Amino acid sequence: MASSNSYNSPCAACKFLRRKCTPGCIFAPYFPPEEPQKFANVHKIFGASNVTKLLNELLPHQREDAVNSMAYEAEARVRDPVYGCVGAISFLQRQVERLQKELDAANADLIRFACSDSLPTLPQRPVDLIVSTNDNIGNINELIGISSGDSTASLCYQTPCTSFSFPSATAYPIPWDSNTFDNNTSSGDVNQVGGGGAGKGL
Amino acid sequence: MTSKSTRSRCAACKYLRRRCSPDCIFSPYFPSDNPQRFSCVHRLYGASNVGKMLQKLPVHLRAEAANSLYFEAHSRQEDPVYGCVGIITNLHEEIHGVEIELARIQAHIGIHRQSNNSEDGETSQSGHGPLQQ
Repeated sequence: MASSNSYNSPCAACKFLRRKCTPGCIFAPYFPPEEPQKFANVHKIFGASNVTKLLNELLPHQREDAVNSMAYEAEARVRDPVYGCVGAISFLQRQVERLQKELDAANADLIRFACSDSLPTLPQRPVDLIVSTNDNIGNINELIGISSGDSTASLCYQTPCTSFSFPSATAYPIPWDSNTFDNNTSSGDVNQVGGGGAGKGL
Repeated sequence: MTSKSTRSRCAACKYLRRRCSPDCIFSPYFPSDNPQRFSCVHRLYGASNVGKMLQKLPVHLRAEAANSLYFEAHSRQEDPVYGCVGIITNLHEEIHGVEIELARIQAHIGIHRQSNNSEDGETSQSGHGPLQQ
């Protein structure tokens, strides 16, 4: 949890709002004075009162993650006012599909090699080598309201227009480092987006 | 209240209990037959913020923006802690998993290719067996 010595320095939120930062300030634990842009973005997109309402509806141990995720969304929306985080979702989903195709092709190659292998016993049944995450992609498609071939899905999230150039994957870093994550964060941007903090192993 | 116009209020103006003007910024994107869409967006962003965000965009991009705002708001409603950031993290995990699997399969392929190449090499050498002796 970010520390904020509200007795000496108001938190970023109260500085921004030009008000006295009280000891019980709901923002102080999550918006340290050293990160003014974090609150500025959140305030711009969501507004202070909406953030307060949302935090009040959560349990105290959930609030840090909620603030960090909102900060991430706000920053994404500031960078991309049209698609925000949804642009990232679309990009990453396409990446999953591309990788899945590569995996399918690699599996086909491996089956070809395995079948042409002259050894009497194959090291492993070819079908065991096939790994498919199609189910997962299908679930995610349902989740974000996209069905293949259906351009009028109820959430109506279309592929961003082709004039939008997708940044590289490092532009959409893993939201924040999680202690339960085994992954190496591929980008140093993680700590810049939502602040550090233990995630849930998202 | 009788209205001179037959045009009904959009979902936003109904929700906000105000007159829906002909140039209402919300009406193209929050039709009256889907009140839940605006209430969801309003809950997270507030009407004023949504209006400001839409106003800043060129008209041809506003529909996409409204859709993505609704998606994010809906995700946040479903998951108040992580919202759509949870989806992003899951996708990153999935990508990582597929990349690992792909590397594993490609390593297998490399092994097979190597063993095939060495078999081919032995075959061609054995064909020249008498010369090698």
